[in-house]
Amino acid sequence: MKLLGKSVIELKKLLLSKQLKVEELYDYFLNRITKYDKEINSYLSVIVDSSDQVIKNIGNLSGIPVAIKDNFCTQGVRTSAASIVLADFIPPYDSTVVARIKKESGVIIGKTNTDAWAHGSSTETSDFGVTKNPMDYSRVAGGSSGGSAASVASYLSPIAIGSETAGSIRIPAGWCGVVGLKPTYGRISRYGVIAMGSSWDCPGILALNVADVALLLQIIAGRDPYDATSVETPVVNYGNYLNTKKTYTIGIADEYFNDVNEEICGRIDQCIQILKKSGHKIRKVKLIDPKYAVSVYTILQRSEVSSNLGRYDGIRYGSDRSAFGKEAKTRIMLGTYTLSHGYYDAYYKKALKARQLIRNDFEVAFKDVDFIVGPTAPCTALKIGESEKYPFFGEMMDKLCEPASAAGIPAINLPVGLDKKDLPIGLQIMANHFREEDLLNISYQFEKETEFFGIKNQMLKLYPD
Amino acid sequence: MNAFVHIRILREIQFMNKYQPIIGLEIHVELKTKSKMFCGCPCDWFGKPPNSNNCPVCLGLPGTLPVPNKKAVEWTIKIAKALNCKINTISKFDRKNYFYPDLPKAYQISQYDQPIAIKGSLKFKIQNSEFKVEEKEIAITRVHLEEDTGKLIHQGNESLVDFNRAGVPLVEIVTEPVFRISDDAKHFLEELQTILRYLDVADCDMEKGSMRVEPNVSLMKLETWNMKQEKLPNYKVEIKNINSFRYAKYAIDYEIKRQTEILETGETPVQETRGFNENKNVTFSQRTKEEAHDYRYFPEPDIPPMVFKESFLAKITVPELPGSKVERYMRDYGLKYQDAFILTRDKNIAEYFDVINSKLKSQKSKLQVKSQNLENSIATLIVNKKISTDLIPDKFIKQLSSLLSPKETDETQLKKTIDIILDQNQKAIGEYKKGKTNVIMFLVGSVMRELKGQADATVVRNKIEKEIKS
Repeated sequence: MKLLGKSVIELKKLLLSKQLKVEELYDYFLNRITKYDKEINSYLSVIVDSSDQVIKNIGNLSGIPVAIKDNFCTQGVRTSAASIVLADFIPPYDSTVVARIKKESGVIIGKTNTDAWAHGSSTETSDFGVTKNPMDYSRVAGGSSGGSAASVASYLSPIAIGSETAGSIRIPAGWCGVVGLKPTYGRISRYGVIAMGSSWDCPGILALNVADVALLLQIIAGRDPYDATSVETPVVNYGNYLNTKKTYTIGIADEYFNDVNEEICGRIDQCIQILKKSGHKIRKVKLIDPKYAVSVYTILQRSEVSSNLGRYDGIRYGSDRSAFGKEAKTRIMLGTYTLSHGYYDAYYKKALKARQLIRNDFEVAFKDVDFIVGPTAPCTALKIGESEKYPFFGEMMDKLCEPASAAGIPAINLPVGLDKKDLPIGLQIMANHFREEDLLNISYQFEKETEFFGIKNQMLKLYPD
Repeated sequence: MNAFVHIRILREIQFMNKYQPIIGLEIHVELKTKSKMFCGCPCDWFGKPPNSNNCPVCLGLPGTLPVPNKKAVEWTIKIAKALNCKINTISKFDRKNYFYPDLPKAYQISQYDQPIAIKGSLKFKIQNSEFKVEEKEIAITRVHLEEDTGKLIHQGNESLVDFNRAGVPLVEIVTEPVFRISDDAKHFLEELQTILRYLDVADCDMEKGSMRVEPNVSLMKLETWNMKQEKLPNYKVEIKNINSFRYAKYAIDYEIKRQTEILETGETPVQETRGFNENKNVTFSQRTKEEAHDYRYFPEPDIPPMVFKESFLAKITVPELPGSKVERYMRDYGLKYQDAFILTRDKNIAEYFDVINSKLKSQKSKLQVKSQNLENSIATLIVNKKISTDLIPDKFIKQLSSLLSPKETDETQLKKTIDIILDQNQKAIGEYKKGKTNVIMFLVGSVMRELKGQADATVVRNKIEKEIKS
């Protein structure tokens, strides 16, 4: 049976009708990983023997393999956050996301590469090597959820879990050509996700299509008694919400097109025209320049990082502090500085105020429009090593993603074809807090309309069975 | 500062020579909630095998998150109410960052600029050195909630860490630097301990460390002591590792002496943290200001701010506290301060006393007692342990009535017994005549014993006195 490129929903049907065995499907992906991942390096660990997981075609995931970013704790399976500081850390507990996937008979197939501690936008800071872009091995997959994005793009997993602090799902999804959803902050529990910037961190989903994202979101979203910042807002049946064709008002903000490569601008304009033709209203909105979100993010996230990484002091996790990479050390130092006595007011407190302004800015905008649409990244995937040239490489790449993270609103990357260099281009749609069902609805309708410019077939022809 | 405190200070100044001690207290109390502050592990960590009372959360494992214990928050509010504090309707947790092996996350979740409560005061009565009852009022700066740390155990060259205690809810109570003598600090601590036990929120066992006291002491030169300005000294010495109230007093007294000696040489004492050596009754330097931490406080991002609604706060009530009970016993029952004080030190005994009194209220007519002040007699009997408070109230009342019922004295038998006793105790009579009138109690006791209590002690006393004098 030809399985290449099949969606989670299609695979689920095959499993439920017993045309496909769970073990068969699992082995299919294991074989593909063996065949291709030496080169791509999307996985840090692969669970070759899945026999201690419940593999049955029951539950909402019916035995579907799921790849998990390596900063999500998995009981009994090494969780390193791609840092050698945690090279030997085997958690005694499952993160809530993993526990919920297992409960619905999802099978954890492996742990995916990321920038060390999720610090970065390219996976180049991983202590276990860069994840290569499936479209071009001389280029990065993006990050920090680069392993998850690349594994989905090359169909080494049908779906993957990633996490964002600001852009870490959308950027690699954009550069690898897959769908990547960062939901509202608090929509998915952070329990068991190795903390980076705690007030920003947000688990999310990467997949080849919107319906699969909706299916998995339904499973992992919702209030968690183990996370005080997770919210009570009810989880709707996102899947049921997709098919109704609705018309929305879409906001376009010029500020989100500054410094964006022309080819990308052109493609995004084309997408806006498509949305307009589908009956949506397009309206200009004025938003705070995303560059301010970069400053806010840099200060707050580093401050939180400096506190979150304090526990790896060499006493309990086997490696001393020299095991920290350059990026982590830089962030710890900057964050320690911004929180220091006498500097707190000038940096941290001021950044908090600016963050509130960004929140308010979106709140006002969402009174007039349902979504804000623009590019995900200012360029397509960079060459490996190119980031060295930019001291604030991540912040530059994440610039267009950071405002949504600062405000805690949901945003999605949709693949909208390839550029002249055959590299994927990403379209970003942002929505108001807890409007995931609308965000997924418009994304699904857009996917039906465009088939994402045929990107899936162009990618997968590089990765035959 | 109120006028009352002013007068106290002026009076005390007369007894001091050159320096005015400025003393404040910082008190930590472990709450006895069922579960820890941010996870489901039990709070009763004491005596368990090391590291057997933990989960991923209180070990601070990567990825874990704190979820605040609602009961602990309620109890902290209860304490704050008992200390007449202003409750902040919006309160939040903050991270206090520092490295220490007993701190699993390298930060303690504590409260910084929006504690649960601020600006309280505790009024209580004490008996001073001249046996006069006086009222004290101590200003409370703040009451906040945080988590306890683990414990280090030093064995020879190695240090071991036990995380059993990590994450136990800990309430910090800070007073203004309003104490001038160590005795007041000790009395305050005793009153606070009694109150916390009344609230039934903490064991307050100094030896087990479930209550910890850190006094801070500095001395103000009197010529610069300007009461209007209330300018405090430019240094402060904190004392740690004190495990009894008595030691707290010793430590403060030692510090006053030590700092006086330094000031006499024209130097200023160093701002530092000192430990207390209970064998030698001295303090010793632990950490100086140069090594002081910058805790890099910032709002705990894992816990949303707490917003307390009026209705929520109204449900948290404070029972009658020992201070009010003392007042009531003195006012309503005419008890002596000392008896009222002793009765109220243990909540169970005070409650027992209340139960007996309310039961008697309905039975008073039936009770054949000749005591003019029944409550006072009961208080005396309990204080002097004449009747056990372990008895069920009905039994207590039965014993009470037999002890207090008018004695049918057999006059001839009494006369005979007094004669015998006096005859046997000529030496005592001699002492009495020389002015040692106290021996009369011995004689009364002997007669009462002989009569197996079947006589009224006052009558016996009068008769003996008459006999001796005649």
